[in-house]
Amino acid sequence: MLEYVAGHVNYWLIIVVMMVGLYTLISRTNLMKKLAGLAMFQTAVILFYVSLGKVKDGTVPIVDDAYEIYSNPLPQVLMLTAIVVGVATTALGFALVIRIKESYDSIEEDEINKLDQDA
Amino acid sequence: MGNDLVLRVVTKWLSPIIVLFALYVQFHGDYSPGGGFQAGVIFSSAILLYALTYGLDAALKVIPESALKICASFGVLLYAGVGVVSMLKGGNFLNYSVLLSDPVAGQHIGIIIIELGVGITVASVMILLFFTFARRVAPE
Amino acid sequence: MTEQLTILLVVIPLLSAPITAIFKNHLLTWAITLSVSIVCFAISGVILAEVIDGKHVIYELGGWRPPWGIEYKIDSLNAFIALIVSGIAVVSGIFSFRSAPSEIDTTQSGLFYAAFQLCLLGLLGIALTGDIFNLFVFLEISSLSSYALISMGRKRQALTASFAYLILGTIGATFFLIGVGFLYAASGSLNIADIAERFSSFEDMQLVVTAFIFILLGIALKAAIFPLHSWLPNAYGFAPSTVSIFLSATATKVSIYVLLRVLFDLYPIAYWQELLIPQLLLVLGCVGVIYGSVRAWQQVEIKRLLAFSSVAQIGYIVIGIALLTETGLTAAVLHLFNHAIIKATLFIGAGILVYRANSTKLSDLRGFGASMPWTFFAMAFAGLSLIGVPGTVGFVTKWYLLEAAIQQSKWIVVGAIVIGSVFAIAYVWKIVEALYFNSKRKIHIQHVKSGDINIPSASKSMGLALWLGAIACLYFGLFTNIPFNAANAVAKALLGM
Repeated sequence: MLEYVAGHVNYWLIIVVMMVGLYTLISRTNLMKKLAGLAMFQTAVILFYVSLGKVKDGTVPIVDDAYEIYSNPLPQVLMLTAIVVGVATTALGFALVIRIKESYDSIEEDEINKLDQDA
Repeated sequence: MGNDLVLRVVTKWLSPIIVLFALYVQFHGDYSPGGGFQAGVIFSSAILLYALTYGLDAALKVIPESALKICASFGVLLYAGVGVVSMLKGGNFLNYSVLLSDPVAGQHIGIIIIELGVGITVASVMILLFFTFARRVAPE
Repeated sequence: MTEQLTILLVVIPLLSAPITAIFKNHLLTWAITLSVSIVCFAISGVILAEVIDGKHVIYELGGWRPPWGIEYKIDSLNAFIALIVSGIAVVSGIFSFRSAPSEIDTTQSGLFYAAFQLCLLGLLGIALTGDIFNLFVFLEISSLSSYALISMGRKRQALTASFAYLILGTIGATFFLIGVGFLYAASGSLNIADIAERFSSFEDMQLVVTAFIFILLGIALKAAIFPLHSWLPNAYGFAPSTVSIFLSATATKVSIYVLLRVLFDLYPIAYWQELLIPQLLLVLGCVGVIYGSVRAWQQVEIKRLLAFSSVAQIGYIVIGIALLTETGLTAAVLHLFNHAIIKATLFIGAGILVYRANSTKLSDLRGFGASMPWTFFAMAFAGLSLIGVPGTVGFVTKWYLLEAAIQQSKWIVVGAIVIGSVFAIAYVWKIVEALYFNSKRKIHIQHVKSGDINIPSASKSMGLALWLGAIACLYFGLFTNIPFNAANAVAKALLGM
């Protein structure tokens, strides 16, 4: 049992990061905090992929005669794209939050909903 | 922050080194870890550092916004252009092997141009994002 | 030659979008957008003609052999979806000529059309690719550009709608990504055909079930399958008219296409039958149909009414998929096509109302139909199609759907479809009643923001777009065999018959 827990320590940590992100995303009403939660959630997935690619005793995947076992480079390449997607999402989210702030004068979700209902 | 002597001096010394490192990561990306994404972000961090220390106006003098917009589009076009050239040369989209008569050299030149396109776009988009947000928060 | 055409569908918008983004001139950027859409439509047509009789067109990106490289494997379903997407892009492109300048700041039209082309690129990419990670990337390209497009709506609620869509859409995409990661961990491959081929070798792993659930949840969020539809009504209700037309007719359809691929190509059918997924989808579909129709009936604003009706229509498609028979699946695929036409036509009508009366509230529009008889007539006709009156496209799918449900003696499903249709009559009647019958109150028309009260009628381009849609509703309702044969070929291929 202990071996199982210790052997998957990276996955436990990833689950913690992911759940903290998801919880922040759901529980906060502040739009900025929501975005922070979203970014954490995405980061957890990136970590998950990168740790998938690790091969035991494997080295950096650059061909060299001194090594025989390499880690899998593919998940890292995939995550390069996912990071870009994450950056774009966060930037777009920030832009929206700024414009929401400009037109509602608030970034609290409940206040904004109230303003919308009154209108 | 503009008045802090340490920051001003350090930024002046550091910015060119960051840019140099970005170019190293960019053009050595086909042999060692690196490539357009990383290089673009490192390059943009040099400009961001400059803008943070000397202010937005000074940074805009270094790179005007209209140039950044054109660069962002140009990078994508460069990327897609390599693909189109390889199609015109009879290969599939983004098949670098047909770019030159020697497939290995073709792969080299192909990936370098592609990564250059990626680097230009990533750098200019990151800087543009920063400028856009910075201007909204503190109107000049 | 056809091989090279497939990649052009993605490359042309990829080349044109950054060029468009540089320019500010509305006419120029509009012309680029429309020509790109028309070229893509033509290419899709050529490809569909090529693959309709069961042939495959295979394209290896960069010349790398699958499963290492990204492979585009085009069968009739891919081409069918690509044709729908690019066709709707043409129609909404025509419509936007007058609509976009009235709703979007003219200095931003370059960026607007660039985002539009990127959205087209993403949706076409999803429809073509055979690589599941590549699919995720295209999904995010289309989603990110649609968040930006929706936020350009005139009312400030567009911003909050777009933000809510961004949060939920990103969660959906990330769930999808987690699922792909699990599947990659189990199979070591990202190529859909390759995973499906070797599926039995890793079938027993727990990872595969987890991957399935994550992928299914992610897609269901993107496709707005009840109960994950909450982003849709606001997003489509507050978006600029052009965007409403384009997204309502394509975005959820493309997600449904991904669902079809995952259910029928990636995973074997028997595998998810054991997980009781068909029953689950059937229940969600039925509840979605009734819920969407009732909520649509409650709305007082045309665009939101149509958006809720979309939730119901997605329910019909899900029912068709979950019935798991050839007739049901044919109805589902056919409804992808039919609903795209009908909803696009109705949203064009709503867009014309926005353009002329600056309002989509039913109470503001009382008696407005008299001043625009042709538009009103086309809208009413599309409304009849939505209900499923014989002679229109809507009838064909409802008929096959009912037939499929009756064949399996699933009477509850039959009941849900009938109740949904009854409410469809009610909400379409609401629109017709408001537009046709004058109220005693004097008609109060809030003219467009520019203060131009001299807009005598909808512009020619808008009328053209509207009538293209309405005529398609009639034509494909009377001559059903063209889309039916395509849908039937798709259904047979999916079921492996």
